[in-house]
Amino acid sequence: MEKQWYTISVYSENHVGLLNRISGIFLKRHINIESLNVSKSEIEGVSKFTIVVFTTEDWTRKIVGQIEKQIEVIKAYYHTDDETIYQESALFKIASHLLFDERQIQNIIKESNAQIVTVNREFFALAKTGRRHEIDEMHDALLPYGIMQFVRSGRITVTKAAMPISEILQEFQEN
Amino acid sequence: METLKAQKKDSKKQKAIRITGAEAIIHCLLAEGVDLIYGYPGGAIMPVYDELYKFQDKLTHILTRHEQGATHAAQGYARVTGRVGVAMATSGPGATNLVTGIADAQIDSTPMVCITGQVTRSLLGSDAFQETDIVGISTPVTKWNYQITKVEEIPEIMAKAFYIARSGRPGPVLVDITKNAQFDELDFVYEKCTAVRSYKPVPKPEPSSIEKAAELINSAKKPFIVFGQGVILGEAEAELKALVEKAGIPAAWTILGLSAMDTDHPLNVGMVGMHGNYAPNMLTNECDVLIAIGMRFDDRVTGNLETYAKQAKVIHFEIDPAEVNKNVKVDVAVLGNAKETLNAILPLLDKKEHKEWKAEFDKMHQIEYDTLIKNDIHPTKEGLTMGEVIEQINVASGQKAVIVSDVGQHQMIACRYAKFKQSKSNITSGGLGTMGFGLPAAIGAKMGAMDREVVAIIGDGGYQMTIQELGVIFQHNVPVKIVVLNNDHLGMVRQWQELFFDRRYASTVMTNPDFVKIAEGYHIKSRRVSERGDLQEAVQEMMASKDPYFLEVKVEKEDNVFPMIPSGASVSDIRLK
Repeated sequence: MEKQWYTISVYSENHVGLLNRISGIFLKRHINIESLNVSKSEIEGVSKFTIVVFTTEDWTRKIVGQIEKQIEVIKAYYHTDDETIYQESALFKIASHLLFDERQIQNIIKESNAQIVTVNREFFALAKTGRRHEIDEMHDALLPYGIMQFVRSGRITVTKAAMPISEILQEFQEN
Repeated sequence: METLKAQKKDSKKQKAIRITGAEAIIHCLLAEGVDLIYGYPGGAIMPVYDELYKFQDKLTHILTRHEQGATHAAQGYARVTGRVGVAMATSGPGATNLVTGIADAQIDSTPMVCITGQVTRSLLGSDAFQETDIVGISTPVTKWNYQITKVEEIPEIMAKAFYIARSGRPGPVLVDITKNAQFDELDFVYEKCTAVRSYKPVPKPEPSSIEKAAELINSAKKPFIVFGQGVILGEAEAELKALVEKAGIPAAWTILGLSAMDTDHPLNVGMVGMHGNYAPNMLTNECDVLIAIGMRFDDRVTGNLETYAKQAKVIHFEIDPAEVNKNVKVDVAVLGNAKETLNAILPLLDKKEHKEWKAEFDKMHQIEYDTLIKNDIHPTKEGLTMGEVIEQINVASGQKAVIVSDVGQHQMIACRYAKFKQSKSNITSGGLGTMGFGLPAAIGAKMGAMDREVVAIIGDGGYQMTIQELGVIFQHNVPVKIVVLNNDHLGMVRQWQELFFDRRYASTVMTNPDFVKIAEGYHIKSRRVSERGDLQEAVQEMMASKDPYFLEVKVEKEDNVFPMIPSGASVSDIRLK
């Protein structure tokens, strides 16, 4: 079966140790987590893991089954890129003098729709939100001038189809 | 936490009592109906042991000689009773010594609660004496685990632990309790857990899947059932029997499904798997509908998946949705508890007999009998065989004993030849294959079923992995019958070396001690048999003994277990020799 990018969305209780339990499922199968983000979700008290893997659908389905089996997991889904709206964020720290010495940097900032978060005498910080390849392009453009620090977040997604967690919670309550 | 509170609204208000966390743990155990636990004390769990001392009239604690023994004893107890087994240990090495038993219980779906002491909360993460991250270590091998650091958490977490361990597909739960939580006081009220938000132990069966399954079964010409431990855990033995008889379907058990049906039932066609029977393995690849009930298509059952039952439509009765389509793609999945789903499908099935199809099983069984079984259980060669020992035990016990086996050749022989008339009578480490399981598991099994004979069948290798538990048998006079089938080898590994590694017997030859003298050191009645003429009488003497009894049988050193599906081969490539 063909490998491709899958985004796994996990709705769960907020429980110490659950991250360890979920990452262990990937570890046991020798599957790399390409990106991971944990945040609150649209439902109060419910956490959301967004995990990106590059593997086959068969493996993804099995992993989702194992994740869902964990006691504190309410529901897990997987989606292809086409089925989601997804973004990543990145921060760049760059020496301030470059802003004046290297005119091209201003063009890069404009063209990439990046935001200047802060500027001081030593450095300025750029924030960029977008698809992975857009962030990569900006990174590659800035690289020749020197990047003091770079960081990129895990992917965050919302899905085109519904993920009816409230209904599932209601069902748990009724049973 | 909030999730549990929601369910508590309806329950009656109990009066709170002011007690320490350590005492609260005892009250939790008593409230869950626990009257027997296995464990080993140590610094971080001492407050709980102090309470065990005070409550010894209500709660028996058995001191095993190693924490691993405590887990296997709790497993044996759980497997024979269907109740939750409990093991307790201190922090650090006490806790890590539980891990093998926990992993074994996880893969074999055994309900078990393990309680470990932990260093006091303020010392967590300081590399304190006997501190280990047992929650981290046990995460991949537990159904659930939790570290209690505040005394107030004890009743809710303990209730949740027992509920999770026994509900749905059972499994081990570990609760780690810091020492401060044991010393501190709380206003104790206990309410049993009946639900956890986000946890659905038993999926609701879909009527359409049951109808589809019934249609497939009714239209089948060569239907074949393979059932596993799900039948035992779901207490669906009567439903399975009714289904098999009504639809006239030959049924084979997996190693953990053993005893869920009478061995002598005419439609019981034996065991599937690597060392299972010839007919059910061969005919897996000839049936037109394969009905899997409460089993998980382990690789030791399926052999090469690419050539496993490809011609058949597959129906899977299963409680754990993650098992469906995990190894074998199925045509119909019937999710739910086996008792419920089998009951639901029963009225939809046509009454049938599949005489010709069943005759194929009989024909192949005859081939296996003539080439193998006859020589295994009624040998004419000089050396004693493992099979004839099991056969003598069948005769002497009237097929009523609980058979506990360790891991290796003797295990395969015991599972092939032991006969059963009652469910929950075969206790073995199926999934993990844990050598050393047998002796402590037999202790737990016997203590869980004092009215039954419990016979432990163990090899000379595995016996020496947990031999120290003879101390428990001696101290508490636990009347288990221990049979060591001694071939002075790690027999199964030796067999593989013979067949697949050009007879290079790397580290499989054992120079063994005098096992009879060791048993005598523990004041256990014992006997050694090395002649066929003495075997029957010795087995009878053992079975008649009211006390624990140790029987060593010197068997042929280089016998192999057949049939055998070589690793990675197809079930229909099963070798008879």
